[in-house]
Amino acid sequence: MTPVATPFFFYMLSGLMVVGGLFVITRRNPVHSALALIVTLLAQAGLYLMLYAPFVAGVQIILYVGGIMVLFLFVIMLVNLERTEREKPFNKQWLVGLAAALALGAMFVGVYVKGRALLPEQTVSLPEAENTQQVGLMLYGNYMLAFEIASLLLLVAIIGAVVMAKKRI
Amino acid sequence: MPSYITSYLEKSVQVTPGEAGNIFWAMVYILCVFGGVSLVVVCMNWLERKILAHMQIRLGPMRVGPHGLLQPIADALKLILKEDIIPEGADVLVFWLAPLIILLAVFSVYCVIPFGPTHAITDMNIGLLFMLGVSSLGVLGIVMAGWASNSHYPLIGALRSSAQMVSYEVAMGLAVVSAVLMTSLNAQGTGTLSMIGIVQAQQAQHTWFLFKFFPLGVVAFVVFAIAMIAETNRAPFDLPEAESELTAGFHTEYSGLRWSLFMLGEYAAMIAVSSIAITLWLGGWMRPFPHLLTGPIWDLAFSLFPALTFFGLAALALYAVGRMWKVPYFRAQAIGLAGLAAVFGLIGFVLLLPPVRTGVQDVYWFVAKIAVFLYLFIWYRATFPRYRFDQLMRVGWKVLLPIGLIVLVLTAIAGVIFG
Repeated sequence: MTPVATPFFFYMLSGLMVVGGLFVITRRNPVHSALALIVTLLAQAGLYLMLYAPFVAGVQIILYVGGIMVLFLFVIMLVNLERTEREKPFNKQWLVGLAAALALGAMFVGVYVKGRALLPEQTVSLPEAENTQQVGLMLYGNYMLAFEIASLLLLVAIIGAVVMAKKRI
Repeated sequence: MPSYITSYLEKSVQVTPGEAGNIFWAMVYILCVFGGVSLVVVCMNWLERKILAHMQIRLGPMRVGPHGLLQPIADALKLILKEDIIPEGADVLVFWLAPLIILLAVFSVYCVIPFGPTHAITDMNIGLLFMLGVSSLGVLGIVMAGWASNSHYPLIGALRSSAQMVSYEVAMGLAVVSAVLMTSLNAQGTGTLSMIGIVQAQQAQHTWFLFKFFPLGVVAFVVFAIAMIAETNRAPFDLPEAESELTAGFHTEYSGLRWSLFMLGEYAAMIAVSSIAITLWLGGWMRPFPHLLTGPIWDLAFSLFPALTFFGLAALALYAVGRMWKVPYFRAQAIGLAGLAAVFGLIGFVLLLPPVRTGVQDVYWFVAKIAVFLYLFIWYRATFPRYRFDQLMRVGWKVLLPIGLIVLVLTAIAGVIFG
């Protein structure tokens, strides 16, 4: 089946992401920020789908929206909301922020101006049905070592969390 | 335009409307599924009370209609007419969005449920991931509802719910992976995540995955079956809405129509998770013993089941008419019940016609399996006492998770040796 109205969906999803991102940093209430972040992450999953990467999109929803964001909300609800709402939500490090924003903006402009020369003319288009298999083969074949190192890091993080949470072991 | 509609009905088209790209038939399927699920939820409302009541040696609803059959309609009217209260200090937008998100998440899942080889709204090659991912969005609705109510009991309910869902999703995922591993035991060695593909893999391997590598399939199924009750917040894992501790948990502050949306979402989620279990382990749309009892006679015998079910329902209704009090006050109820029996009988006769008989086979067996699961949900509720929260966490992390891991590893080993 050929894709329908691709530019429309791209701009809609990108717009949703940008608006969601803006809401994340401007809302005073942390719960509202978290909900806006969920919208952003879901729109990102939609963008993955448009790039013919359904597996990545599915994992994005399961891990980020269904797992991490639920834990985020869990923690936000436990902390004292009244205090955080009275505080100024913006940090004082505007100089660093400005530098980072300028660098990012310069990169965007650069990509926009010289993108045609920098990026490859054609991308490799894998059939959609094989996407999941390809991800599996890559993870357990070419990138085995990186995959195992990541799992080891996660194990370390889990043990660290248990050590910090338990008073007596 | 008519050719667009009829083109999907040709014999050569053997895919779901979503894959065929036929928007008209996709809409028809969506409406059928939505209507069917809503109808089942209404029936479940009555059945749950009635079955629970009989298990506890009570009568249950008896007043509205014969044997309380019109009780769901009365309830729906009451809920629609009730005042819609939004508590003071509540976060209005989030309060308003929460039930909608639950409904949206639950009904999106129905996109990929395969009621038959071509009877699904669409088939995705990440169907299973999609189902697990989107159904995990439902917990967001619960958390939002609990937080937005600005009240203590709902907040505790929401916290419990999020902890419970995240814990049991792990065990559920491991059980699901061991079933997906079994789909890869073919000549090419590639598995599939597509819901239709999973059932076709069971067809190709001539067994339900429940009985594959006995007892590994059964154990994985049991892990999933326990986790799925926790995922849907049903007894004995209904801590987010434990009425003895939290009045009604996360939906304490909701009333009227909004509350009924939570109800609809809960029952629709029960159907959705049951259909995941059926697709993965119980052979989806396949009839019982599809490879053992073969031949035209067995095919005919099994194809009579849908009609027999409706004849049975009609007989039950007629029996109830016979037992009705012979007083004028009950005459209207007796006539109504006899009319219901006539409708059931008529549907049974329609299902006897050969083209209809073969057409509804797949859907019938899928729905029959769902019905067994829904009965089990009610049965559990009547049987098991509610867990304490620490017990719930212990079961999730210290029992189900290790069992799920062991089963996964053993399934992989068995697949290499025997597959």
